Amino acid sequence: MPKTVKLMQGNEACTAGALAAGLKFYAGYPITPSTEIAELCAEELPKIGGKFIQMEDEIGSIAAIIGASLTGKKSMTATSGPGFSLMQECLGYASLCEIPLVIVNVQRMGPSTGMPTSPAQADVMQARWGTHGDHPVIVLAPGNVRECFELTLRAFDLSEKYRVPAIVLTDEVIGHMREKVELPDPADVKPVRRAAPKSPAGYKPYAVESDSATPLMAPFGEGYRWHVTGLFHDESGFPSNKPEVADKLLRRLMAKVEKNAADIEDYATESLEDCDIAVISFGSSAMSSLSAVRRLRKEGKKAGMLRLKTIWPFPETVVRELAGHAKTIFVPEMNLGQLALEVERVVGCRSRVVRVGKVNGELFRPEEIYNAIMGAK
Amino acid sequence: MRVEFRLSGSGGQGLLLAGIVLAEAAILEGKNAVQTQSYGPEARGGSSKAEVVISGDDIDYPKATDPDFLLALTADAYRTYGKLQGKGLIIVDSSVALDPAITARTVALPILDTAANAVGKKVVANIVALGVLGGLSGVVGSSVLETAVLSRVPKGTEELNLKALRAGLELAAGAKAKA
Repeated sequence: MPKTVKLMQGNEACTAGALAAGLKFYAGYPITPSTEIAELCAEELPKIGGKFIQMEDEIGSIAAIIGASLTGKKSMTATSGPGFSLMQECLGYASLCEIPLVIVNVQRMGPSTGMPTSPAQADVMQARWGTHGDHPVIVLAPGNVRECFELTLRAFDLSEKYRVPAIVLTDEVIGHMREKVELPDPADVKPVRRAAPKSPAGYKPYAVESDSATPLMAPFGEGYRWHVTGLFHDESGFPSNKPEVADKLLRRLMAKVEKNAADIEDYATESLEDCDIAVISFGSSAMSSLSAVRRLRKEGKKAGMLRLKTIWPFPETVVRELAGHAKTIFVPEMNLGQLALEVERVVGCRSRVVRVGKVNGELFRPEEIYNAIMGAK
Repeated sequence: MRVEFRLSGSGGQGLLLAGIVLAEAAILEGKNAVQTQSYGPEARGGSSKAEVVISGDDIDYPKATDPDFLLALTADAYRTYGKLQGKGLIIVDSSVALDPAITARTVALPILDTAANAVGKKVVANIVALGVLGGLSGVVGSSVLETAVLSRVPKGTEELNLKALRAGLELAAGAKAKA
């Protein structure tokens, strides 16, 4: 099939990316502004032998996709802030039990029920630390409709490769925006699948060859027996209270993401090389930011843009390099300084970091970012 | 060149669909287009706004900043967005009383009435409005608009919607002749 060019919505592109990755199971509870993803999965999955279930709530939704993933099916749910809050307990379970799954969080204004139809980007820290305990997680942030396709597909690939839950963090603007998208030829898409053991004989579900490695995952229903528990467990999967087992397991879980950060981190840059004013942003705020940066460049200012496509693990290397030459780094985001905290941590005192927050339920206008940059003293 | 449209009115009038069709028509002509929306929590009623940005170049910021064309189908929408209108044209439904405090260039056209009486169904006012926007802006050709309408409207309503589109294009042609 040739490439197709069409007018596509962000949420529609997330669904298309998931289907291209091999999505076979969706369980969810519809919530604005993510509902189109559920609607489209309900329409498309039965056509390819997949399953769609509307659950009683978001706790049930993530529990159901955990179960489906254990049988070997690629599984996803989509939600927004209130539902994402309910999913946190099971998100920790999936992290500890190393169950691949994808959650799309189309962010809206919070906390609580907030403003259901208004965009925000205030779940950055929740996506990283929403569930209790140290745990690995991967968070990707599309900056346009095409990337909704690409990064949802990539979220599946990374989740399968490292057996870590992957979150696609979009927002109401990106989710509902429609733009021209060129989708790849399906024959060119080579989705990653979790590595499976060769035979049930002697299978140890959590045995690995190195400290940062991902164990082989056997699908339920194909003759393998293994135990899945949210208690700390040894290589057999059965609970263990031994300090050395707990320490080894948690350090390995974290190392899967930390030691493979270079593989996971992704970002886009514009005019970054010679800039002394840098803007770091993501998602829809990055569109307004880019417009402001281009205006500054036209006016002869040395402005540049770093747009993060991977939020967690936080792309430290590129931010650290930037701190070497940009005098001031602006961080526009639709919250009161969540990504900026990470930028400040990495940059230290080598550059000045200026938080540019907006929390009225509207996307930045480019001149607001321009004015923040021009007005900074 | 960047051309910005803001379509405003009340939820349920189908302005979002009109915006989608306009963006799709632009893409069919090989241009770039981005369509965004904002709306309240109500399923119908409440205020509704769709925006379309069309350009031959890359579009970074997806929303309208200084719309070249503002469509207002209700008095509320006219008063809210008319005040913000700068260089661009306001296209307001004839049923709305004009406010002397709103000074942007304005044309009043019987969009709702044309849908209800000339075309015969008031639900197609959005497509009449689309014809008006397409005709006045000239940013997309009428045959491409027809193709885009046909690809997005429900089956069985094609003829009705084409009639509505043509009625809107005629309203635009009339307004241009007068200007």
